[in-house]
Amino acid sequence: MKMHKLEEIWLIFGIGVLAVALIVTGYQVYALGMGPPSHKETVDHTLWEDGGEGPAPFNEPGVYEVGDNEYEVIMTLEAFSFNPSEITVPVGAEVTFIMTSKDVVHGITVPHTNLNTMVLPGHIQTITQTFNEADEYLMVCNEYCGVGHHMMTANIIVEE
Amino acid sequence: MNNIIGEVKFRKFGLITIGLAFLLLLIGGAFGVLQALNRAGLSEFFFGLDYYQILTLHGVLLIVSFTLLFMNGYLYSATDYALGGLPKLTRTLAWTGLVSFLIAAVFIVGTILMGEASVMYTFYAPLAASPWFYVGLVFLAFTIFLSAAGIFYAAYDWKKRNKGKHLPLYAFFAVGAYMLISLGTIGVTAKVLLQVPWAFGWTDGVNVLLDRTLLWWFGHTLVNVWYLVAISAWYMVLPKVIGTKIFSDSLARIVVILIVVLNVPGGFHHQIVDPGFTETLKFGHAVMSLAIAVPSLFTAFAMFATLERAGRRRGGKGLLGWLVKLPWKDPKFLTIMIAMIGFIFGGAGGIAQTNNQLNQVVHNTFWVVGHFHVTVGIAVVLTFFGVAWWLVPHLARREFTPFMHKFALWQTWAWVIGMFLMSASMSIVGLFGTPRRSQHSTYGDHAHALEWNELLLIVGAGGLVLMVAGLMIVGGIYYLMFFAPKGHTPFYMQTLQDRDAYKTPLWTENWAMWFALAIVMIVMAYGYPIVDMVINAPPGSPTWRTW
Repeated sequence: MKMHKLEEIWLIFGIGVLAVALIVTGYQVYALGMGPPSHKETVDHTLWEDGGEGPAPFNEPGVYEVGDNEYEVIMTLEAFSFNPSEITVPVGAEVTFIMTSKDVVHGITVPHTNLNTMVLPGHIQTITQTFNEADEYLMVCNEYCGVGHHMMTANIIVEE
Repeated sequence: MNNIIGEVKFRKFGLITIGLAFLLLLIGGAFGVLQALNRAGLSEFFFGLDYYQILTLHGVLLIVSFTLLFMNGYLYSATDYALGGLPKLTRTLAWTGLVSFLIAAVFIVGTILMGEASVMYTFYAPLAASPWFYVGLVFLAFTIFLSAAGIFYAAYDWKKRNKGKHLPLYAFFAVGAYMLISLGTIGVTAKVLLQVPWAFGWTDGVNVLLDRTLLWWFGHTLVNVWYLVAISAWYMVLPKVIGTKIFSDSLARIVVILIVVLNVPGGFHHQIVDPGFTETLKFGHAVMSLAIAVPSLFTAFAMFATLERAGRRRGGKGLLGWLVKLPWKDPKFLTIMIAMIGFIFGGAGGIAQTNNQLNQVVHNTFWVVGHFHVTVGIAVVLTFFGVAWWLVPHLARREFTPFMHKFALWQTWAWVIGMFLMSASMSIVGLFGTPRRSQHSTYGDHAHALEWNELLLIVGAGGLVLMVAGLMIVGGIYYLMFFAPKGHTPFYMQTLQDRDAYKTPLWTENWAMWFALAIVMIVMAYGYPIVDMVINAPPGSPTWRTW
């Protein structure tokens, strides 16, 4: 089929915009390591059944210093709480959250940061954030998980 | 049977399904208003239900049921009109589909009202509703497949009697829309069939990641189905209303084909921040998601060309003078025009948020809710309203009176103002991290959550304006259905086309090929991830009831 000249220009422009978007996104993923959280490890969530301690490392949730101002937070999510629910780190800390769910699908958002990910039972998800400003950050559950969903929070305290 | 007689024959079906659709809009819309007021921190009133029950109902009634019923009423009427009648088998399938819908509604709405299914319209496992909720969903899938089969048979029957001829364009749109909804429904049917035995306790565990993937195979396809239904009116109705020809028959057909073939893999962009998929896989799916925008670029060009020609013919001069000359005081035009403008913003937002890292900023925030209240709430629903204003009196053999024309204009502006206030404030506050699908909460008066309050008040204000606009549309439609003066309202379908002096290629008619190509795309997109997530699955999840 024949195309109008202006139509060709418009399509080249439009598809060009899409291509630029993809190039920028791809550059950020592959060259800058800014890809979205995509951890592939699974975990046996049935070890929590009947009061079990759960699978390692989630049997010992907490904040662990793993390097020079680098921290790992081993975190479990369940309806309707985070464990640990209070995390204190110094300014400039690079914090890697290693998370799983003990029950249903949850998610996290931390306003004032780009921390945002889904947390599924049976799957481990990791996401890293450097906190450059002292503040008290709010972590909320962002996936509907039941009647207390809007009460499910944790605090991240970043101290001077 | 081939000539166009000027009236839809399958009138009762259209009237009943569209009448039912607007009843659901009234109920589901009322729940929406209560949610908006709650999010603004103004109200805890939910008709004795809880927030998550009415949220589930709002989603089920509006995004699945209102749209599906309207699609059936509208596209069956349009196909009937374009083909000069529908075969008996098609009519039987349509009625059977409607009966199946009513059975589905009893199971689904019943279990939600009883508090047995507060699982949202996404019903993610391992949240486990009453098994009867999932049984209801099986009937809903039946409705979709039966309705699609009816349209396919009507097209097949017409082609058999009109060998070598092109299927009329309106029917071509209908075949495309039902093809796409069928392709999408395959995914969610698989999900439901895995959940029924699990919810009854016959199987032990469910694969949570697979469940989400099958849902979004359907979920994003569904909104693109509504979009395809809406643009059928942009291509077919708009030129008739503004007195110009269709820009290009072959272009329109290619847009339909591209939307059907490219769409299903795009659903993956709902899982960009999920665990269990590699970054490379997610990047590949970002490419697929952006590909969906390409047919919309075609549409944008065709629509502006159509509008400019009509405006110039009416005496519009200069670069933009034609815009002023368009019939802004005709609700049949105004609704579709604002719907298209809305889609420019909604579509651009969609393109932005499907890029992986940008998606991480907005995923599951109120931004997304703002996004689909522009795309569905304005681009799609306003088109549906624009069609309903004349289709309902056409089917009811009544007049779309001058007073109702004015009333429709007021209704349109009220709807647009309400939807704009609500979706703009939702989008902005979402960028600050407000989660979606959450009852109002200040999270213990946390400073970062209190920052949202002013914008959330605008969400509530938008909801109140929408309440007025919603009552106006439902009241207006029922007035035109039952009380307007008897008479005739024409069916607005353009058959003349503008540019293609040459013939549309016949290969566009090869639906078996488009179906096969769409399946190839689906297998390419989903084959590897699904095999991977089944083989490397964690233990299945038991049922959970957390409400």
